[in-house]
Amino acid sequence: MPGWKPPDMTALPTRKLEAWRYTDLRPLTGITFATPPALSAPDLPSLDLPRLVFLNGAAAPEFSADLPFAGAFVPPDAEDVLPLAQINAAAARDGATLSVPAGQDAGALLLFAQAGGETAFAMHPRHRIVLGEGAHLTLIEIAKGNGEYWHNPVFDIALAKGARLEHVRVQQESEAAFSLCTIRAEIGEGAAYEHFTAAIGARISRTEIHATLVGEAARADVNAVELLRGTQHADVTTIIRHQAAGCPSRQVVKAVLADDARGVFQGRVEVAPGAQKTDAYQMTRALLLSPRAEMDIKPELEIFADDVKCSHGATIGALDDEQLFYLRSRGIDELTARAMLVRAFLDDALAPVEQPQARGLLDEAIESWWRRS
Amino acid sequence: MSVSTVEALAEQKYKYGFTTEIAMEEFPRGLSEEIVRLISARKGEPDWMLEWRLKAYALWRKMEEPDWARIKHPPIDYDDLYYYAAPAAPAPKSLDEVDPELLKTYEKLGIPLNERAALAGVAVDAVFDSVSVATTFRETLSKAGVIFCPISEAVREHPELVRQYLGTVVPAADNFFAALNSAVFSDGSFVYIPKGVRCPMELSTYFRINARNTGQFERTLIIADDEATVSYLEGCTAPMRDENQLHAAVVELVALEGAKIKYSTVQNWYPGDEQGRGGIYNFVTKRGACRGRNSKISWTQVETGSAITWKYPSCILQGEGSVGEFYSVALTNNFQQADTGTKMIHLGRNTTSTIISKGISAGHSNNTYRGLVKIMAGAQGARNFTQCDSLLIGDQCGAHTVPYIESRNASAKVEHEATTSKIAEDQLFYCRSRGLSQEDAVGLIVNGFCKDVLKELPMEFAVEAQKLLSVSLEGSVG
Amino acid sequence: MLEIKNLHARIGEKEILKGVNLSIPDGQIHAIMGPNGAGKSTLSYVLSGRDGYEVTEGEVLYNGANILEMAPEDRAIAGIFLAFQYPVELPGVGNANFLRTALNAIRRKRGQEELDAVAFLKLARAVVKSLHMKEDFLKRNVNVGFSGGEKKRNEMLQMTLLQPGLAILDETDSGLDIDALKIVADGVNALRSEKFSALVITHYQRLLDHIIPDMVHVLAGGRIVRSGSAALALELEEHGYAGLEAA
Repeated sequence: MPGWKPPDMTALPTRKLEAWRYTDLRPLTGITFATPPALSAPDLPSLDLPRLVFLNGAAAPEFSADLPFAGAFVPPDAEDVLPLAQINAAAARDGATLSVPAGQDAGALLLFAQAGGETAFAMHPRHRIVLGEGAHLTLIEIAKGNGEYWHNPVFDIALAKGARLEHVRVQQESEAAFSLCTIRAEIGEGAAYEHFTAAIGARISRTEIHATLVGEAARADVNAVELLRGTQHADVTTIIRHQAAGCPSRQVVKAVLADDARGVFQGRVEVAPGAQKTDAYQMTRALLLSPRAEMDIKPELEIFADDVKCSHGATIGALDDEQLFYLRSRGIDELTARAMLVRAFLDDALAPVEQPQARGLLDEAIESWWRRS
Repeated sequence: MSVSTVEALAEQKYKYGFTTEIAMEEFPRGLSEEIVRLISARKGEPDWMLEWRLKAYALWRKMEEPDWARIKHPPIDYDDLYYYAAPAAPAPKSLDEVDPELLKTYEKLGIPLNERAALAGVAVDAVFDSVSVATTFRETLSKAGVIFCPISEAVREHPELVRQYLGTVVPAADNFFAALNSAVFSDGSFVYIPKGVRCPMELSTYFRINARNTGQFERTLIIADDEATVSYLEGCTAPMRDENQLHAAVVELVALEGAKIKYSTVQNWYPGDEQGRGGIYNFVTKRGACRGRNSKISWTQVETGSAITWKYPSCILQGEGSVGEFYSVALTNNFQQADTGTKMIHLGRNTTSTIISKGISAGHSNNTYRGLVKIMAGAQGARNFTQCDSLLIGDQCGAHTVPYIESRNASAKVEHEATTSKIAEDQLFYCRSRGLSQEDAVGLIVNGFCKDVLKELPMEFAVEAQKLLSVSLEGSVG
Repeated sequence: MLEIKNLHARIGEKEILKGVNLSIPDGQIHAIMGPNGAGKSTLSYVLSGRDGYEVTEGEVLYNGANILEMAPEDRAIAGIFLAFQYPVELPGVGNANFLRTALNAIRRKRGQEELDAVAFLKLARAVVKSLHMKEDFLKRNVNVGFSGGEKKRNEMLQMTLLQPGLAILDETDSGLDIDALKIVADGVNALRSEKFSALVITHYQRLLDHIIPDMVHVLAGGRIVRSGSAALALELEEHGYAGLEAA
């Protein structure tokens, strides 16, 4: 890739930073990440949607649709406050640039990123998504691959008044991969950012979402599921900043952990002075399917306005024996009963994903995860 | 309104703000090995105690103040503080010998030390600046085999117990303030309840800071032996002064098999004035170890005072089936800052913990709940339930919730809930339409909000705490 | 035919059942009554295979097979249905999906054809109607937000659909008003046939006004202490359980 530079490993965040207390990136430091090799034959999903394809971090126009609202890559600012975005800023050479004009409904789009190579490599795409007033886009993102690599994408998202972006991520990266994704969304008056992440793949993954509600009645929904097994580690970290009055935010995060897996959720809701009538809801639940699994949850409220409704809840536990027995007493075998209960457990995190293709994709991903576990 | 009426009103808000004029002995300002030796010598301590202090002092020299709490204050100059201040008169041997000025002080605080006038069923250890000045009902207690005395006395009289337990729950290296306390602690209470004994009275320590520029570093150690039960209360006040004063205490509780310790605090250190001038910096490490099977430690705290509160009364649930509880009301007004909560560390099988925290923020204050629930791999069948509620009064204050929930055991069940709300206009209106003043209505609603915690307090304290909540909120609603 | 022979069971260290003997031939309905703590619920859980109950002695044969060795689902497939005293809530699990999964699991094991969604819904709707229930029952999550009466109706709906050979009603009548009680009774009575038997566990006689048992047994102190005709229930209603343990 032209102008490729090795990532600045000294800038990696450490567990001494409060924001990183549960996710240890030291396993990355022992690896030399080379320049990404060329990848020519992608394994494209059979989704009937216009798509943008990235192979080992580089745009692949030959596999991508020619979209009127897609533009050329814009290099990011050199300085960034977030350590991973800083590494990305120094190394980003490609990424999607989408700008949907005011009033336009761009429908659904697939952003497909595939990675693979013989030796470890790193890629730092920088995606920009701007929606004009009243515009709409459904972005369905699939990240997958094989082999050892570090995927460090950054999304910069700006939604103008009344715009709506549905962003569904299906993270099914290689189980030797590091998938560290940073998403920043600035949400204008009456606009909505509806995010869903399924963290299924990767050795270590983190989805860090900063949603800033800058206009009145702006809305952020951040829902996620973590489905982990083996020694996988997944971290979903959210920071929802209520900076304007009358904004709702809703977060439901569910983790299902098998074997020695470790799930993390850190979610902070910040309510700025003056952000009255904020309505923030957050719920995290984890199911430990194995005696060795671990879940760490840090839900956080930081509130500087009095007329607000903020709540969070968290539970960690195993499958309910009563429920299991009830199903079995009706003739359902134990494995099916467990599958039904796990699926039901995920239900309210999945419910907001209504786009049929996205929903189908998720159901399939969950199904195949369960079959392999 | 005349100046004097305003002053009178201010005075009324913190009615414990007077000073006691009494001849004092103070060690020179600043902290050095020499001061540590002086404190130890003044208390007539054995060598092992001095060694222990010096080790802690050496640790402290290398440590830094923690910076993770949501509190802000100008740097504390540890060389500008007095580390020891005590009434100059020789230590009284009995209540009859206590300086009448001191007796009057405690009388004024509502804690008569005269046993006939004292609250029925409550034994009091009165700590004035760096020393214990009186302990009541010692006779009654010793008949039951209960030891209740100043810790400095316990070091001399019961060294085997002190050596066995001191620093085993909160080691000197635990944190900066614990290390500081271990080096310079001057007094505090020592309690030992022997096997099978239910302590016949409530035990209580009343802490009073009086001297200017003096830090108070008390140390409390409570041991409940097998199947013993004790309820302990703690109260604290200080004069109104423009400078900040440091209070860095350590409390250690040890519950052996089947033992139960209930520890209640009504913390009403001087909170500073409406502009945020003065007030106590309350940096306290409190921790209990449930070492025995089926032991129980219950913390209840009502925190209304102090300019800054930094404390996390915690439970280490080691014994199988042991129980930890934390009930807390933290109220901040004006420019107060509180960062308080608990840690529940589940090590043993079938251990359970309950956390109920009620934070009330008013004025320009910041109130943070910070808590950790940790289920270790061996804590089969552990249970935790946490409820954290915040109430905001006015739009200039902050309410924050920072729970850490970590589970490594699939058979454990952890539940956490948090809410934030304000006093609804219709609630206020309803109360006022029934003839309550605005402030009474707020007091009533806040007390209702705190009910789940207040009901955990021993009766005499609960009434006091309710009044305290209303008084502390004065001026917050306009 | 259900045969319980010298059944001993305990929870942890505590022995609850101390030698229960009972036979229910096909086509009959037997009632078990008894004071609180007699072991009534334990008996129903042991029969349906819930964890936490240890059988220390004795056996339970259903149609000649020892069911104590079977997993709960295999007992259901064998035809045993337990109507729970406290039906369990399953948030996120739709009632229709739950019922179809259960019905098809049983049909599959019995060598019957599985029902597709359309055929199932047709059948389920008919049953819902026959039990005078609202159709939205099928759309709701299993027992979530159901009133006590609705939960019991849902148990009857399941029983009617799954067509068991033996139904165990574990204090199904507790907390029910008279209308709901009738629904439970109608559900059981509708299944009455040569091939169907039932064990009705109850503390009160009133359910037995609507489900007339062939025999009534009194369980006290972990044993059957008396057996008799339906008239025994009336006698118990009048005189209570006092003195029965000694009998």
